[in-house]
Amino acid sequence: MSNRFINLLVPIISIILGLLVGAAVMWFSGYDPVAGYIALWNGIFGDMYSIGETIRQISPYILAGLAVAFAFRSGLFNIGVEGQLIVGWFAAAYVGMAFELPKFIHLPLALIAAALAGALWGLIPGILKATLHVHEVIVTIMMNYIALHTVNALIKAVSEGGYKTEKIHQTASLRSEFLSNLTDFSTLHYGIFVALAMVAVMWFILEKTKTGFELKSVGFNDHASQYAGMNVKKNIILSMVVSGAFAGLGGAMEALGTFGNMVTRGGFTGIGFDGIAVALLGANTPLGVIFGASLFGSLKYGAGNMPNEAGVPIEIVSIVIALIIFFVASGYIIRVLLSKMKKKKEAK
Amino acid sequence: MEYVIEMLNIRKEFGNFVANDDITLQLKKGEIHALLGENGAGKSTLMNVLFGLYQPEGGEIKVRGKATAITDPNVANGLGIGMVHQHFMLVENLTVTENIILGNEPKKMGMINVKDAAKKVAEISKLYGLDVDPYAKIEDISVGMQQRVEILKTLYRGAEILIFDEPTASLTPQEINELISIMKKLIEEGKSIIIITHKLQEIMDVSDRVTIIRKGKGIGTVITSESNPVELATLMVGRQVTFKTEKGPSYPAEEVLRIENLVVEDYRGIQKVKGLNLSVRKGEIVGIAGIDGNGQSELIEAVAGLRKVKSGKVFIDSKDVTGKKPREITESGLGHIPQDRHKHGLVLDFSVGYNVALQTYYKEPLSKKGIMNYKLVSKKAKEIIEMFDVRTQGEHELARSLSGGNQQKLIIGREVDRNPELLIAALPTRGLDVGAIEFIHKRLIEQRDNGKAVLLISFELDEVMNVSDRIAVIYDGIIVDTVIPTETTEQQLGLLMAGQSRDKAAVTLTEGDDNHVE
Repeated sequence: MSNRFINLLVPIISIILGLLVGAAVMWFSGYDPVAGYIALWNGIFGDMYSIGETIRQISPYILAGLAVAFAFRSGLFNIGVEGQLIVGWFAAAYVGMAFELPKFIHLPLALIAAALAGALWGLIPGILKATLHVHEVIVTIMMNYIALHTVNALIKAVSEGGYKTEKIHQTASLRSEFLSNLTDFSTLHYGIFVALAMVAVMWFILEKTKTGFELKSVGFNDHASQYAGMNVKKNIILSMVVSGAFAGLGGAMEALGTFGNMVTRGGFTGIGFDGIAVALLGANTPLGVIFGASLFGSLKYGAGNMPNEAGVPIEIVSIVIALIIFFVASGYIIRVLLSKMKKKKEAK
Repeated sequence: MEYVIEMLNIRKEFGNFVANDDITLQLKKGEIHALLGENGAGKSTLMNVLFGLYQPEGGEIKVRGKATAITDPNVANGLGIGMVHQHFMLVENLTVTENIILGNEPKKMGMINVKDAAKKVAEISKLYGLDVDPYAKIEDISVGMQQRVEILKTLYRGAEILIFDEPTASLTPQEINELISIMKKLIEEGKSIIIITHKLQEIMDVSDRVTIIRKGKGIGTVITSESNPVELATLMVGRQVTFKTEKGPSYPAEEVLRIENLVVEDYRGIQKVKGLNLSVRKGEIVGIAGIDGNGQSELIEAVAGLRKVKSGKVFIDSKDVTGKKPREITESGLGHIPQDRHKHGLVLDFSVGYNVALQTYYKEPLSKKGIMNYKLVSKKAKEIIEMFDVRTQGEHELARSLSGGNQQKLIIGREVDRNPELLIAALPTRGLDVGAIEFIHKRLIEQRDNGKAVLLISFELDEVMNVSDRIAVIYDGIIVDTVIPTETTEQQLGLLMAGQSRDKAAVTLTEGDDNHVE
């Protein structure tokens, strides 16, 4: 087996295995796996409305995935995407409701505010890592909690004791009548284009710029990078800032596109954490992130159809979805098994 | 003639790659048999086959005349085959005895019986003249002593056939001599030895016969006393090689590097360079001779700006670069071939091309206004690959998959191509074979002849002696003496490196000569 063939085979086997084990779980719990999967399929691709909602769901996943992947390419593990996304969400929602400006200023301003808020949330762990060698994983996890509760307090403050911000003005909205009409009145909005543009931005930074060369070099070998005269500290901070900005834009998708406001939260959105899996599924490359986010977004959205259409309870559905993703992520295990089989064959 | 080991027509393949092709090695009882070959020629593969780590695709192994399948290292151990690894497999904070019994601990009522084991270790040590203290901690004993612990480990486990993998790589000349006498003692006691090496002088000094392999193929076996280094090198490389790198006289001009009272600490805050003074001029190669750990690494890192200078000054081209950032120092005219090519010299997961760009990527023409010109990077890489004979599939291959010698050529190409006023080469030929060493020495001398200054740091005496125009001996963080290669001997240098003053070194040498006369 050539390496190329294995690279192609691994994700396919993974998905099939995930589906099989998921089917087993449904079957053992007394539900019809075939009906369950048909419902899942219909939930994702069933009609134009579902397709629209699925794509809408994919957009924040792309941005969360890019955030994790970008930091990872320079050797950093940004667990703080969740918190960066939350502050971005709030910043966009606030700018969207607090100002009255023409659209061509207002919308970009709200997006930039979200990116800056996320960037700031990434800057802090970046500085701590670069100057004091505090591990970014610890700091970013803690920054998530700070983000969650600070934003809850801010929502209260700006809504005078309420639990949600006012709706944003139309001039800051990503909503699109055109896209909505196209997809049978789904909530699909322009956010997907923002997300895809950021995929291009990440690709451009990493593959075309001097900064990208440095970031990758630092990610692979900080000793050699220092020896080559690169400013390792600056690159660590920069990487966290850009990563945070991607995450903040992910929050803007929710604020300016899907929801139009922000409600106080009892817990995390989960999008930031799923971003870790999205990035890893996509091998931390910009294009790979699109693949990972599509898998995540469509499963998450399509799963919602399983209780309605096939009567599979939402708890079982969550397990099935988690299993599929688990098997895709364990591509490594399958790779090892394949190479062992290969070796055995050779030994014979 | 009785053979203890016969490896007949061994063939080992990895996928499409043939690592060993029809290699025959026959080890007589009581002989020292050298296995000679360039890096990547297949020496280690062959020995791993013998040690049971790989199964051969073809050929036959006979142990004491009987065809045997060595299916794993335990079988090899059971047959009395022991391996002394190049990189010692010792636990630093355990004692000698504890290391020797590790994984095979003698028990007494459920407790490890260190006492009896230590006694046995002491006995074996005495028998072979190893002079090892069974209760010493590994971290407290010298590298040479650690190697003897490795030897002891194999003997303790009943080895009759010992394989030495590049045993002299990290030893001082004195330690090498001691090792040679230990090997001879082992032979006297009836052991047989295979020594893997690409150092020809050692082979001449110690071995009875030599088996040569080249690019995975067995070239043949010769009797050492009927051969000579030139013939061996030719057999190994497949072409004529010069040893004494040809070089004309040096014409030193203005000073390029000046170091004044330099003090540098290591990462634990212990002073490693203690007020060192040194000067290197245009058109000369200054070699720094010394035993590993006497402040060489800290010295170079401080000069290159990779480590803080505690006190003292460093000037390059009369410009004070003390405590400056690495890039500023590089721009002041420093080229640096670092000691650890994997850690500092290369980004292994970058392509060859990216690695070529590593020191110049930020400047025009390789990048312009923050945008990289990768087409030009590829072009530059192709030039360097061509000029410095880097054997690679192309500029897109990962640096990781290059052999050590080619990785080093890549680094040297990158550094020399920038045409630096001062080139620091730290252990530039470590682990490389004769062909690559010859190439690298030529390049260093070429730099000198072009009027550049070269500072060479090496643990290999013959390298320092061959290449340098002046030798500065470093001991305990200072330059204890400066000598001219043509006016000194390896023995004298060795003693200086061990911390003896020049007068004393001379005296000790005469005494040594007297002993020979007796």
